[in-house]
Amino acid sequence: MDIKLISIAAAALTVSIGSIGPALAEGRSVAAAMDAIARQPEAAGTISRTLFVGLAMIETMAIYCLVIALLLVFANPYAS
Amino acid sequence: MAQSPIATTVLLHLGPVNITRPVVTTWAILLALALASRLLTRRLAMRPTRGQAILELIVVGIMGQIEEVIRKPPRPFLPLLGTLFIFLVAANVSGVLPGVQAPTATLETPAALAFIVFIAVHFHGVRSRGVFGYLASFAQPKLIMLPLNLVSEITRTFSMMVRLFGNVMSGEFVVALIIGLAGLFVPVPLMALEILVGFVQAYIFTVLATVFIGAAVDEAA
Repeated sequence: MDIKLISIAAAALTVSIGSIGPALAEGRSVAAAMDAIARQPEAAGTISRTLFVGLAMIETMAIYCLVIALLLVFANPYAS
Repeated sequence: MAQSPIATTVLLHLGPVNITRPVVTTWAILLALALASRLLTRRLAMRPTRGQAILELIVVGIMGQIEEVIRKPPRPFLPLLGTLFIFLVAANVSGVLPGVQAPTATLETPAALAFIVFIAVHFHGVRSRGVFGYLASFAQPKLIMLPLNLVSEITRTFSMMVRLFGNVMSGEFVVALIIGLAGLFVPVPLMALEILVGFVQAYIFTVLATVFIGAAVDEAA
């Protein structure tokens, strides 16, 4: 098969599969933070700051996938 | 097809050095921020004007956030972290101006910022605990954790860089694609979202830098 076709298919697969895990994880962490804020509204500041940092960490996984996909499409070392 | 987000345009040559477009945008942002700071702090008074009140609100807010994370007097950390936050907000949001590409949407600017944070973490760690005290902290809690601690120093800097780059760049890329596909005014909601993402990413970058510096200076850690 053509290397370009394989690269595009691989990029699409990378983003689609790679965003499943972070999406589930972010949903869980936001739900847990909402629960915690509902139980203890006075700790909302600390909880949301920690939540933001945690979400950034989780989101990095999806961003890695995006970068890999972009490398495959735009900077593929094998497509001469 | 949209332009590759990894390539950069070279605007002018300064001897052997190529000056790229993000560098020129960064210079413009630095100039604008410096001028604005100079103008706003030229006449400071005990009874603040409206501009001074806004400025004080921003500075005191950033100081409060730093103090909450580091749990030490925030003054030594304020110049770096405050500048980082304000520059990042300006750089991320500058992408919505017509004809301007956000400098953080190319890999070099986040790499440079992450490198500055990397240096600052070790600088503050050594200054607060001494060279040997700081080096010994890498062997905490057990000596066997030493390689992991060393690797995490590199990977967290790398992930800071990729996170900022990926978020800002993907937003600009989506806007560019939708302009190409749909038309002139369709991507306006996405650009509004891009402003929000720019603020959130600036906040996250700064908070992560604060957390890393706080972990380096913390005696109990």
